[in-house]
Amino acid sequence: MFGKLTLDAIPLSQPIPLIAGGVVLVAILAVLAWVVIAGHLPYLWKEWITSVDHKRIGVMYTLLAMVMLLRGGSDAILMRGQLAIAYQSQGFLPPEHYNQIFSAHGTIMIFFVAMPFVIGLMNFVVPLQLGVRDVAFPTLNSVGFWLTATGALLVNISLVVGEFARTGWLPYPPLSELTYSPTVGVDYYLWSLEISGVGTLVAGINLVTTVLKIRTKGMNYLRMPMFCWTTLASNLLIITAFPILTATLAMLILDRYLGFHFFTNEAGGNLMMFMNLIWAWGHPEVYILVLPAFGIFSEVVSTFSGKPLFGYRSMVLATMAICVISFMVWLHHFFTMGAGPNVNAIFGIASMIIAVPTGVKIYNWLFTMYGGRIRFTTPMLWAVGFMVTFILGGLTGVLVAVPPADFLLHNSLFLVAHFHNVIIGGVLFGVFAGYIYWFPKAFGFRLHEGLGKIAFWFNFIGFYVTFVPLYAAGMLGMTRRMQHYDIYEWRSWMIAAGVGTALLSIGVLFQVAQLVVSILRRDELRDYTGDPWDARSLEWSTASPPPVFNFAVMPEVKTEDAYWEMKAKAAHGEPQPEIHYQPIEMPRNSPTGFVCAFFATITGFSLIWHIWWLVIAGVIGAFVTFVVFAWRDSDEYEIPAAEVERVDRENIAERRSLVTAAGSV
Amino acid sequence: MNILDPQGPIAAAEKTILIDSIGIMLAIVVPTIVAILAFAFWFRHSNSRAQYLPNWAYSGRLELVVWSIPTLTIILLGGVAWIGSHELDPARPVEGTGPPITVQVVSLDWKWLFIYPDQRVATVNSLTVPVGSPLNLRLTSASVMNAFFIPQLGTILYTMNGMVTRLHLRADEVGDLQGLSAHFSGDGFPEMLFDVHVVSQPAFGDWASNAARTGRPLNADTYKSELLKQSVPKDKTVYHLEDPELFQSIASQRIPPGPGPQLQGPKEAANTGASDVR
Repeated sequence: MFGKLTLDAIPLSQPIPLIAGGVVLVAILAVLAWVVIAGHLPYLWKEWITSVDHKRIGVMYTLLAMVMLLRGGSDAILMRGQLAIAYQSQGFLPPEHYNQIFSAHGTIMIFFVAMPFVIGLMNFVVPLQLGVRDVAFPTLNSVGFWLTATGALLVNISLVVGEFARTGWLPYPPLSELTYSPTVGVDYYLWSLEISGVGTLVAGINLVTTVLKIRTKGMNYLRMPMFCWTTLASNLLIITAFPILTATLAMLILDRYLGFHFFTNEAGGNLMMFMNLIWAWGHPEVYILVLPAFGIFSEVVSTFSGKPLFGYRSMVLATMAICVISFMVWLHHFFTMGAGPNVNAIFGIASMIIAVPTGVKIYNWLFTMYGGRIRFTTPMLWAVGFMVTFILGGLTGVLVAVPPADFLLHNSLFLVAHFHNVIIGGVLFGVFAGYIYWFPKAFGFRLHEGLGKIAFWFNFIGFYVTFVPLYAAGMLGMTRRMQHYDIYEWRSWMIAAGVGTALLSIGVLFQVAQLVVSILRRDELRDYTGDPWDARSLEWSTASPPPVFNFAVMPEVKTEDAYWEMKAKAAHGEPQPEIHYQPIEMPRNSPTGFVCAFFATITGFSLIWHIWWLVIAGVIGAFVTFVVFAWRDSDEYEIPAAEVERVDRENIAERRSLVTAAGSV
Repeated sequence: MNILDPQGPIAAAEKTILIDSIGIMLAIVVPTIVAILAFAFWFRHSNSRAQYLPNWAYSGRLELVVWSIPTLTIILLGGVAWIGSHELDPARPVEGTGPPITVQVVSLDWKWLFIYPDQRVATVNSLTVPVGSPLNLRLTSASVMNAFFIPQLGTILYTMNGMVTRLHLRADEVGDLQGLSAHFSGDGFPEMLFDVHVVSQPAFGDWASNAARTGRPLNADTYKSELLKQSVPKDKTVYHLEDPELFQSIASQRIPPGPGPQLQGPKEAANTGASDVR
C-alpha cells in the first residue's frame, strides 16, 4: 500500500533532525492556523498563491530563498560546530548524520537559496526595467515557482521522513549508486532536483523570451539596464545547462530504479561520464548565479555614485563573453582525475580567461565610482564589500585553475573557502544588496538602514573570520567533508571558523530584525515618490509598490538610464506630453501552478518511497491540470481606462505634492 | 601535513608554482583593492573637495588599460599553467637516487591497501618508502572513488574502480608523514588516514624482507574475506603477498567490486546505512 514507507522511516533515534523538523512543522501549522482563523486564506489564495503577476511571483521566490537560507544556515552552524569540537572525538554528529547535513547544506544553498533569490529578483525587476506590464508567459512563470517550491519541500520532508543523501551536494557515483547508497536519501535528492529543475528551466525560458521579445518602445538592446543584460546571459545559460542536469540525474535515476549501468562500477558503467556531465551543467551554474549579482551591483554602484555605469558596452561584452566561456571550463573541477597534461593545461587556461571579463567588470565598477558622489546606503556597502571580497575569491579561483597548484589544493578546505568566497562574496552579497535596493519598490517602504548596516558589518567580518581559517586549514592539507579529525594543527583554525560562523549568524539575525522592525515602522519608512534612491532606470518611474499593470502608459525610451533622462528633462521644465489612458488587458490569475506543484509533490514523494499507485495518480493529476489549463476559454481581463487613469492620477498627485512641499521649504 | 613544507621534489615544485601565482596576482589585486577603497572614500557624498563628474562614463584609453591588465596577467599565468601541467604531470616519471619502487595502491571502504609487487609485501594504512627513490604508484579503487594524497609529497590523484591512474612521487627526507583520502567516500571517510614512513635505502630493504617473512598471507581469498567488506581497521596489518597479480585482478574487476553497506532486516532497510560497521 505505502511502498517502502513505514513508520520506521521517522528517525526517532536521532533527536536533532526530529526536533528541528518538529519545530518547523509546529511553526508551519501555527502560521496555517493563524491564516485560516484570521480569515486571510481567501486573500492569500487570490492575491498570492494563484497570482500570475511577475512582481508577486518574484516576491514569493525571494521569500522562499530567505526561508531556505535559514535552513541551510542552520546546517552550516551544525557543521562548523561539529568541526570546532570534533578533534580526536566524534563530536555531536555521527557520520551518517553529518554527511546528510553537508549534502543538504550544499543542495539547499545552491538550488533553493541562491537560485530562487536571483530568479525572484529577476522576475520582479526585469519587466519593470524593460518598461513592460508582464513577462512573456505569466502562468508558466507561476508553474516554475511552485515546482521550485516542490523541490524545496521534498528536501525538507527528508528531515523527518527517511533521510537525505549522504553523498555530497553532487552525488558522485558509484557512491550514489544503489550498491553503496541503498537508502532513500539519494532518491530524495534526485527527485527534488528533477522537479525543481523543470521549474528553473521554465523560468529561464520565460525570462529569455521576455528580454528578447517584450520591451517598451525605444528600449533597444543597447539601452537596456545592465541587470537586464545579465538576466539575459544568465537565463541563456539556464536554458542550455539545466537540461544537462536533468538528463544526468535521470540517468542516475535509471541506474537506481531500473538497474541501468550508466555510472555503475559493473557492466561498463563509467563514473567519469557523470563527472563530465554534471560539471558541464555545474560550471555554467555558478555563472547563472553570479551574473545576475553582477547586474545588481552595476545598478547599485551606478545609482549611489550618481553616475551612469562606466564602459556600458564593455560591460555588455564582458557579460556575454562570460556567458560563452563558462561552457568551456568544466574540466577544472577534476584536474586530479589523471587526464593528460594537454587537457589539464587547456582547461586551466580557459578557466583563467574567464577572469579577464570578470576583471574588466571590477574595473568598470571602480571607474563608475570615480567622479561620483557616493552615498553609503546599505546596498552600496554590500557592493563595496563585494568588490573587495570577490577580488580575493577571484585570486584563489585563478590559483586553483593552475593545474599544479590544484594538485595540492583540490577538494581541500582551501577550495571550500574559495567557492564560499565567490558565492557568499559574490552571489549572496549581491542578492542582499538587490533585496534592500528593490524592497521599497516591492512594498512601498524602505528597510531600516541602521539595522541593515549592523547586519552588513557582522556578515562582512563574520565572512572573513569564517573563511580565512578554512583557507589556512586547506594549506595544512585538510580535506573537505571530514566528520572528525586527529590532526592537532587543524584544530585552532576549526575553532576560529566556528567563531566566524557565530558572527555570521548574528548578522543574519540582524537581517531578520531589520525586516521585522521595518514592517512595524513602515509608516516612518514609507516611500511616496516611487524613487527613494534617486535612481536611473524605469522601475523607479512608477509607484511603489507598482500597480498591477506596472505602467499606466508604456514609457518611451530614448537613451540609456531612461528614468534619469526623464527626470532631467522634467527638471528643465520641459512640457510633459498629454496622457491618453487606454484600457489594459492583464492575465487572469490561475491556480495551475499551485495545483501542478501539488501533484508533482505527490508524484515525487511516492516515487521516492515506491508507492506506485500514487505515482500514477499524481502524474494523471498533473496532466489533467495541464489539459484544463490548455482548454481555458479566457485568460485575460480588462482594466478600464477610467480605472487606470484614477490610479495613475493618484500616484502623480502624491508625487506632485511631495515636490511642491520640498520646493516650498 | 603542511603543503608549504614540502618533503619531495613534486610538492616543492607545486608549492613554488602556488606561491608564484599568488605573487603575480597580488601585484594587481592589491592596487585594485586599494583603489576601490580609496575611490569609495574620496568620492563619498560628504566630501565637497571631490570632483563630481555626473556624465563621465567612457574613456577609450581606460577601456584599453582595463582589458589589458587582466589579459596580460592571464597570459603570464597561462604560461605557468601550461609549463607546470606538463612538467608536473602525475604520469611523468621522476628521477631519483635509488632503484625505483613500484607501489600498487588500492582504496577500499574505508582503508588503504599498499601492494609492493617486487617485494612481495602488502600493508594496510601504512606506506613505507625508501628516501630518494622514484616512487611509481599505480592507483585503483575496490569500490567507490577516493583520492590518494600525501600533502607533503604533492599531487592528489583519484582512485577509481576498474581504472588505474599513474602517479610518480619522491620523498627526500627520512621521517614520518601523513597521508589521507582527499575525496569523500562514505561514512568511514575521515578514518582513511595512512602513515607514511620514509626510511633509508638499507632500512627499506630490511623492512621489506622482514615483512615478507612475517606477514600474513594475502591472496584473492584473504583479500575478499579480510579487506573487501566495509570496515575501519584498527591495526596496520602487514601481509606477505602470495598472489602477485592481485592488483591486476582488482583493477580489471576479476575480483568484483566491494559490496556496499549490509542492511539487516526491514527496520534498517528503511533508512539505516552503514553506521553499524564503525
